[in-house]
Amino acid sequence: MVERRSFITVILPHIILIVGVAIVFFPVYLAFVASTWDPATIVNGQLGLMPGPYLIENYQRILFTGTSSSTREPVASMMFNSLIMALMIAIGKIIISIFSAFAIVYYRFPFRMTLFWIIFITLMLPVEVRIFPTYKIVADLGMLDSYTGLTIPLIASATGTLLFRQFFMTVPDELLEASKIDAAGPLQFFRDTLLPLSMTTIAALFVIQFIYGWNQYLWPLLITTKDSMQTIVIGIRKMITTQDALTEWQLAMATAMLALLPPVAVVISMQKLFVKGLVETEK
Amino acid sequence: MADVTLKDIRKVYPGGVEAVKGINFAIPDGGFCVLVGPSGCGKSTLLRMIAGLETITEGECRIGGRLVNEVEPADRDIAMVFQNYALYPHMTVYNNMAYGLRNRKTPEDEIRRRVAEAAKILAIEPFLDRKPKALSGGQRQRVAMGRAIVRKPQVFLFDEPLSNLDAKLRVHMRVEIKKLHTSLKVTSIYVTHDQVEAMTLADMIVVMSAGRVEQIGTPNEVYSRPESIFVATFIGSPAMNLLKGVVAGPGAVKLGETVLRVDTGGAAAGTAVLLGFRPDEAVLSKTGAARLDVSFVEELGPSRLYHGTLAGEEVTLQAPPHAADAKASLLCFDIPDRAMHLFDATSGRRIGA
Repeated sequence: MVERRSFITVILPHIILIVGVAIVFFPVYLAFVASTWDPATIVNGQLGLMPGPYLIENYQRILFTGTSSSTREPVASMMFNSLIMALMIAIGKIIISIFSAFAIVYYRFPFRMTLFWIIFITLMLPVEVRIFPTYKIVADLGMLDSYTGLTIPLIASATGTLLFRQFFMTVPDELLEASKIDAAGPLQFFRDTLLPLSMTTIAALFVIQFIYGWNQYLWPLLITTKDSMQTIVIGIRKMITTQDALTEWQLAMATAMLALLPPVAVVISMQKLFVKGLVETEK
Repeated sequence: MADVTLKDIRKVYPGGVEAVKGINFAIPDGGFCVLVGPSGCGKSTLLRMIAGLETITEGECRIGGRLVNEVEPADRDIAMVFQNYALYPHMTVYNNMAYGLRNRKTPEDEIRRRVAEAAKILAIEPFLDRKPKALSGGQRQRVAMGRAIVRKPQVFLFDEPLSNLDAKLRVHMRVEIKKLHTSLKVTSIYVTHDQVEAMTLADMIVVMSAGRVEQIGTPNEVYSRPESIFVATFIGSPAMNLLKGVVAGPGAVKLGETVLRVDTGGAAAGTAVLLGFRPDEAVLSKTGAARLDVSFVEELGPSRLYHGTLAGEEVTLQAPPHAADAKASLLCFDIPDRAMHLFDATSGRRIGA
């Protein structure tokens, strides 16, 4: 510690942090409170700061039955769709980008740098920019309303390739040379040495991409029409904008709370590896 | 075990840089050859070509009589110790040593036996279950050597293995490597820029400069009879003194106004030469013919270094503390005949015996 430990230096950072946490956490808490009341209380503006008596009822209904008016699917199946989508995107991205980075860093082939720059440039073309051509292709391939259609266009990832490339460049060449002398072929070097060393990078990328996949809105909105293929993010929006019935706010809020859980669980369970993967320099 | 023969080895990098310019020498079976030279002289490149990590542009590299130019590193029957150890960070010491054997489909009990044997030789038995991260530099270096030993290769290749260690440990590991070589008698090639390592370890020193061999010989030959100005100044610390002179006639060299009797070989009169002598071979005496104007003194403990000028040229003398006063401003000395080395100033090659 550089500074002297006085009242100010101990208390002030805590106050700042507590205020920061409160600002972020309060709306989430309010959403939780709303998810435990009945619609009448919310609509009448009588919602207090204390949770109400309808917690179990609301969550049970939304998870297994669904809302009455807007969506007919229960949230459990939406969560399942979102989970499949997020996992496929995260895992697919990791597999594709680790192999493309491996090729770019460890193999000498014609137009290696050109290809690298082409991958790099796709950073400037996120789904939103190329949405119409991508939609056309996916529609022509008959992949609308399917998991493949939901995930494949989002899997190609320049970010992942770059992250792995940067990591591979820090792995000393001598490790590759030692592997060569130890009679390990290129793919064996990948499996026995590079992959175990990349574990923290993989974890970091998994966390980022899982959340990216889970939070997708525009693409699933376009590509899914069937209720059975709906993701939870789309589900929440449909619950909030209803045509002629009252919005069932307590159910929308309960869904939002449920939607928060998987990303939070992923972050908490992989936090250690995640931070290590982003900051670790010692090999 | 095997001998290593290099014939007209050249390395030209794409882009035209010639790192190694035609190298010829042979290392006998069981020999310890040290490649020494300043950084960028091509010694590491040469070692890596023998290992198979760099392609050989031209020439022949034979290990045990077998031409290995096109052979994969794994099939050359060599083992290499790297400067930064290159241990697999995620594997235990045991697995680091066993990895190469497993890849060669060695039976598991044979691996256990060999690793145990190597661990015993290197005194790393207590660390077999640790990861390299939990080891000190010297211990990592031992593991790296262990990884080489378990393979029982025909040739050991060392690429500056001690330069990441601190000075004390370096001396210690140097002795260990020497002992190891004495007991295993495996042909070894060792690259270093440290002349002390080169002198102490080698049976055979190859002094390299700018991609060429300057001299090949035993440590004693290289030290006592340097073939060129480069070798004379590179080997030995402090470096050899060189004085400008001219051949005055057969067996006579003129330094300024003084004429010295030196073997001039076949050099014609008027040839510009450099006369070399080692700082510790000058004999201090009150009646000495040469006079050094001392500018400063370095205290080393067992001896002192007197830096000064002799007829306008920088000269260093090394003498034990009792031989002269630490504050002496003028030292008289003689150079014994056997301590004189004569070099052609233009070609840099040695003249005479």
